[in-house]
Amino acid sequence: MISSIIFALLLIGASAFFSINVKKIRRNILLGKDIPLTDNKGERLKTMVLVALGQQKMFARPIPAILHLFLYTAFIITQIELIEIIVDGISGSHRIFRESLGGLYTFAVSFIEILSVLAFIGTIAFLARRNLLKVPRLVMNELNGWPKLDANFILFGELTLICFIFMMNGADEVLYSRGLSHATNLNNGSLGLSISKHVGPLLFGGISDNGLHVVERIGWWGHILIVFGFLNYLPFSKHLHIVLGFPNTYFSNLKPKGQFTTLDAVTDVVAPNFDPAYVAKTDPDNPVRFGVKDVQDLTWKNLMDAYSCTECGRCTSACPQNITGKALSPRKIMMDTRDRLEEVGKNIDKNKGTFVDDGKSLIGDYIKHEEIWACNTCNACVQECPVNIDPLAIIVEIRRYLVMEESNTRPELNNMFSNIENNGAPWQFSQADRANWINEA
Amino acid sequence: MNIIKVPTMAEMVANGETPEILFWVGCSGSFDDRAKKITKAIVRILNHVNIKFAILGSEEGCTGDPAKRAGNEFLFQMQAMQNITVMNGYSIKKIVTGCPHCFNTIKNEYPALGGNYEVVHHTQLVQELINQGKLKVQGGEFKGKKIVFHDPCYLGRGNDVYEAPRDIIQKLDVELAEMKRSKAKGLCCGAGGAQMFKEAEKGTKEVNVERAEEALALNPDVIAVGCPFCNTMMTDGVKHYNKEDKTKVLDIAELIANANDL
Repeated sequence: MISSIIFALLLIGASAFFSINVKKIRRNILLGKDIPLTDNKGERLKTMVLVALGQQKMFARPIPAILHLFLYTAFIITQIELIEIIVDGISGSHRIFRESLGGLYTFAVSFIEILSVLAFIGTIAFLARRNLLKVPRLVMNELNGWPKLDANFILFGELTLICFIFMMNGADEVLYSRGLSHATNLNNGSLGLSISKHVGPLLFGGISDNGLHVVERIGWWGHILIVFGFLNYLPFSKHLHIVLGFPNTYFSNLKPKGQFTTLDAVTDVVAPNFDPAYVAKTDPDNPVRFGVKDVQDLTWKNLMDAYSCTECGRCTSACPQNITGKALSPRKIMMDTRDRLEEVGKNIDKNKGTFVDDGKSLIGDYIKHEEIWACNTCNACVQECPVNIDPLAIIVEIRRYLVMEESNTRPELNNMFSNIENNGAPWQFSQADRANWINEA
Repeated sequence: MNIIKVPTMAEMVANGETPEILFWVGCSGSFDDRAKKITKAIVRILNHVNIKFAILGSEEGCTGDPAKRAGNEFLFQMQAMQNITVMNGYSIKKIVTGCPHCFNTIKNEYPALGGNYEVVHHTQLVQELINQGKLKVQGGEFKGKKIVFHDPCYLGRGNDVYEAPRDIIQKLDVELAEMKRSKAKGLCCGAGGAQMFKEAEKGTKEVNVERAEEALALNPDVIAVGCPFCNTMMTDGVKHYNKEDKTKVLDIAELIANANDL
């Protein structure tokens, strides 16, 4: 009874704290400008199923893809078991679905156990890739400090979680064989859990009856506490991709990657020169900033991108400018955007719901000019991202701000602009000479 | 080599004629000495198959691509609307471009500003001509040679055109080699995003050197490209390694035109 009350309180507390923080993230994302991404529902659903659910883009790199698949499937399938744990926790029952589900129950839990072992192997491999093999994209300077700690913390948490699962199931197997488990006795000598029926006796066979009950409870409570902890750690971690990966792929850019957005506010200025009957698309009484200076100028999709990033660095490892030693790293663009957005969010919390200018901005205080001007706009980063994040969109918007609001660009680019403006070509050639090549030898 | 015939739209209209297709030459193809050879190769192909085409000549202006990639949306839209006004005035329906940047911009970014055309890159047109039997190609001087294709970002990733250039190369009876970073994983030549017009930011290596190194590791006779800017970058990269005698950098249009004495 007491344990049921404690469990219920923990469940309510964990859910409440989680929803408070999810609401904050939602609010932060909605600080972005609105863009309509509700067209083409079928295509969007298909993209989400393939890219998020089906992990399609992960398989461009098979080894991490398979290791990740172990963790991913284990995580998804474990949610089934979690339902039972919650029901057991509240009602004080033990393995409540076992009797009614019968063989299906044994199969499901056994399957979870096998996936848990694979996830354990995957997690060890991931820790090794980060800390021993030092895979280049996972040890870059931009990850120093919290990002590296965050990644290792999650991985160690997963290892502990899996250990608790096997304490819980292994000890219960031994208890069951001694006729002492609280699970309904179906006169079959074993719970039949694929891994635990072998590992349980091996690890816990020598422990006393009372000791086993303690081990089983430590496993059970340890498991659920880590689940609650993990849930509430998510909003503060790069690991949020496990949730946001789905909406983020649903709201993917479905247009050709080469197509950049058209700024209606610019069209409203330019078009009347060509068409006197042109009707403005934007409100002239509500002038907008051209491009992006700070996170509030971005769209909500750009901001969702930032929260969806799990800092895997595939984008950066494919970036031609990063490969050749330039400061640009698409991953850092996303991390900077998220960190600045978090800062803006805290500012709003502190100032009773309104943002008070702190004299900072995304460009300058977080992202440096040399990063922005290095980009080849080649779309390699966009192509690489396993959850369809678009760092290029942010880079181009910042360029627009620097060029059109501040005239703060590289001098050679200003030359190129004036050439186009005066001669209709990026070089100093006369437009009248455009067809001279025909008669040249 | 045959004398090339290149009518302008203005001339065609004066003669009461309508072209099947507009050949969008582009700034590089008009003014860059190396790229002019690619332009002429495209014209030789068009002349050979007797397509009725025209160019805009002095009525053509930069599509605005480098301005747009560099963040100057004003200048881009000015250029776009000027070009759209000219092309709509001539009732242009179909366009072939010699440059993936012009291709991408006109195809994807002009419609929102009132310019709606069917746009193909020259490799797509050549592929179509071969498939229709209008253009018969042989390997000629390239027969048996090793050719590696470098994907232009705005043709490949930008617009998912990966097969047309490869299809054409394979028709030449050559060995088509692939770099590890090819197709969707292709590495930029370093020119895109208006980098062509500025010094590189501080780093340890030039992008075109990195890319040329990857291509040269395959020891090819030809690095084939489909973009005048890639052509410049790869040519410089090959020169950086002093391999210009062994490895030529050629546009797909030049491969076709040269192999078949067009």
